Amino acid sequence: MKKFDKDRLILGLAGPALALVVAIALTSVVLLASGRDPIEPYTLMIENAAYADIQVLILNQAGTYYLAALAVAVGFRMNLFNIGVDGQYRLAAMMAALVGASVDLPGPLHIALIVIVAMLTGAFWAGIAGILRTIRGVSEVVSTIMLNAIATSLIAWLILPDNFGVQPEGSNDLTTGEIAESGWFPSVSMGDGGEIYGFTFVAFALGIVYWFVLNRTRFGFDLRATGASQTAAAASGVDAKKMILTAMLISGGVAGLAGMPTLLGDTHTYSLSFPTGIGFTGITIALLGRNNPVGILFSALLIAFLDKASAVLDQYGYEKEIATIMQGLIVIAVVVSYELVRRYGLRRQQQKVGEELAAAARKNREEVAA
Amino acid sequence: MHALVGENGAGKSTLMKILYGMQKPDEGTITIDGEQAAFHSPADAIARGIGMVHQHFMLADNLTVLENVVLGGEKLYGIGNKARDKIKEISDAYGLNVRPDALVENLGVADRQRVEILKVLYRGARTLILDEPTAVLVPQEVDALFANLRELKAEGLTVIFISHKLGEVLSVADDITVIRRGTTVGTADPANTTPKQLAELMVGSELPSPETRESTVTDVPMLRIDDLQLNAVDPDGAVREVLAGISLTIHKGEDRGIAGVEGNGQAELVEAIMGMRDPDGGVITLDDADISHAPTRKRRESGIGYIPEDRHRHGLLLEAPLWENRILGHVTEEPNSKRGLLDLKAARADTERIVREYDVRTPGIEVTAASLSGGNQQKLIVGREMSHAPKLLIAAHPTRGVDVGAQAQIWDQIREARREGLAVLLISADLDELIGLSDTLRVMYRGRLVADADPATITPEELGSAMTGAATGHLEHAPEDEA
Repeated sequence: MKKFDKDRLILGLAGPALALVVAIALTSVVLLASGRDPIEPYTLMIENAAYADIQVLILNQAGTYYLAALAVAVGFRMNLFNIGVDGQYRLAAMMAALVGASVDLPGPLHIALIVIVAMLTGAFWAGIAGILRTIRGVSEVVSTIMLNAIATSLIAWLILPDNFGVQPEGSNDLTTGEIAESGWFPSVSMGDGGEIYGFTFVAFALGIVYWFVLNRTRFGFDLRATGASQTAAAASGVDAKKMILTAMLISGGVAGLAGMPTLLGDTHTYSLSFPTGIGFTGITIALLGRNNPVGILFSALLIAFLDKASAVLDQYGYEKEIATIMQGLIVIAVVVSYELVRRYGLRRQQQKVGEELAAAARKNREEVAA
Repeated sequence: MHALVGENGAGKSTLMKILYGMQKPDEGTITIDGEQAAFHSPADAIARGIGMVHQHFMLADNLTVLENVVLGGEKLYGIGNKARDKIKEISDAYGLNVRPDALVENLGVADRQRVEILKVLYRGARTLILDEPTAVLVPQEVDALFANLRELKAEGLTVIFISHKLGEVLSVADDITVIRRGTTVGTADPANTTPKQLAELMVGSELPSPETRESTVTDVPMLRIDDLQLNAVDPDGAVREVLAGISLTIHKGEDRGIAGVEGNGQAELVEAIMGMRDPDGGVITLDDADISHAPTRKRRESGIGYIPEDRHRHGLLLEAPLWENRILGHVTEEPNSKRGLLDLKAARADTERIVREYDVRTPGIEVTAASLSGGNQQKLIVGREMSHAPKLLIAAHPTRGVDVGAQAQIWDQIREARREGLAVLLISADLDELIGLSDTLRVMYRGRLVADADPATITPEELGSAMTGAATGHLEHAPEDEA
């Protein structure tokens, strides 16, 4: 039934396309309402993205976003809303930086240790929400939001010079100390454009792993079945509690990786200026990308483009927050348009199946008559 | 009162959806009271006095009857005393006996159905569409429903009645339309039509019967349940017995039927056997292995096939393609997977086989389960469960909402498998099906097995009285009833 596959692909693309068109249109309305040129900001941003250094920035940012969005998507696929990706990511980056700075190991081992610590920390932090959900029935939405706040305080306390923090001389910043060069992930030099973090490629490779696990393994089937219908999954033999906990742990583990491109490729330390809010952007991207690894890749690139290319707007008298407005509008448009497209698709397929069956029946009757 | 009969997938539901404005016709017209009408949404249909009572009740459990009735119709009589008075007025006028302040979750199936009917009348319906209203009722309740419907008819309302149960249709309808594969194939006058003639019109072939030809019961026990106990904790903290003292043995090749009004513990019994609920006492043994507390997946792997009562909630992933639904429940077994990895090619090929062998009417295996009609969904489930050579088949209402043609097939498949030594636990609200298929019958009432009966001699009416708790022990058929 190739025909139905093609249908599904077209409908799959229709959702994001519709959402983007609506979001762009609404952004133009906002621009018009504030008396600005409704088109120029877009052309400025696109022109800006033609520069090699901006492209490298976009790609690096997209790698980080990609990991955060995968973490969110794992939860989404089974109807778990892990809002705590941001807290898991920050705490994991901090713990990984601490451990990384305090040991000295040969290259690959050093990197592996940092990465494993990050994953374990992220999984641990998400696991708290998972355990609360399975044992006490606490909604993971509430608990992960709270854990975000707790992570913020915990990091602020841990990074005090009295505890584990280091204050570089002549600076107000606090860091966790520099990771030795053996723990730096090799980057790909792009000449004048700068360097693409090596971990960005690991991030994209993880997309393939995500696809394989979800679509080709028993575990992935159970996870998707739980997301599609918890009751049917339970009747089919999925242990719902175990599944919730496992999914939270995986989601947290991947969230922990989201800090790695920056930590291993750029800063080599966790400081007060380490990027925040990545987890929330990840939710937008996972939504826009429909939890599909390829969809998430394009969404991550788009959002990274909005982030990085919008920097130029300030020079031309526009506020770069236009990009932020647009991101917000994308989220709203996505939620509405996907539901519309989903309902339309279901109804349309039902009709088509009915028509095909009727046609087959007619043919049968003619054959009998003949 | 007009009855509409036809096989599932024949187009009854589609026709009703068009009448109720949920779907638009490509051509043709609808005439109401001599006036042509075009509906774009259910709201249009309601405005023209058409009301629909769905097969699956559309009620919010945690609201009261009053709240359910006014929901979406707040503008009619408000949400307060005026609405309450109106509900009482309608209820009294048609003898519906509805209490506006009862919580829906505390109501039985028959009461819920009356609430649904009232909901429709409240919105001023003059034409009522009832989609298989008797599927969930016991004979006594069916009679009560028909009395209500006659009341409505006497008040000048029109009732369109969809059913698979031909005897009922003949007894209650004034006029019958038979449709098959999307077209009207005939009309019948109930006064001089037999159920057999009607069924032949429907399927174009002979009427199937659920009767078992020869007994295949062996003396090898397959499923043994000893003193099973299951408690539930109510929201207010009180512990309630859901199942108590259930003891039951099903042998190889035996079909054990469980009769009972819905909500008397049958669903819980099934869930305890399937491992979806952990029993508070007692032992469940399958083929000499203790599975009392084994996880569901292990039970499935060790040979329990499961045709769930509610296929949408427990049997299918509605928005997934058919081949994924074929994997559901058997993801660890051949041909679906090998060593933890799914074998999509084999699963797809096997889905093709099921579609072919079980006559699932679909244009292909990539369409979603939701786009199949109820009967075809059920055939897919039966095919799936039978494909793993089960030792025990739990069939909960296996032919509910399934047309006569598919019904006969499902019955044949159950019989066939039983001949090869399958043990079957059959739970059904269709007493003819229970009596026809079962080798032995038990009656369940308030979480206990209160009576047993020999299906060879018992009548549906006698079973019905045990289901309401009026009779217990061994039910003997009283021969003088025959006359």
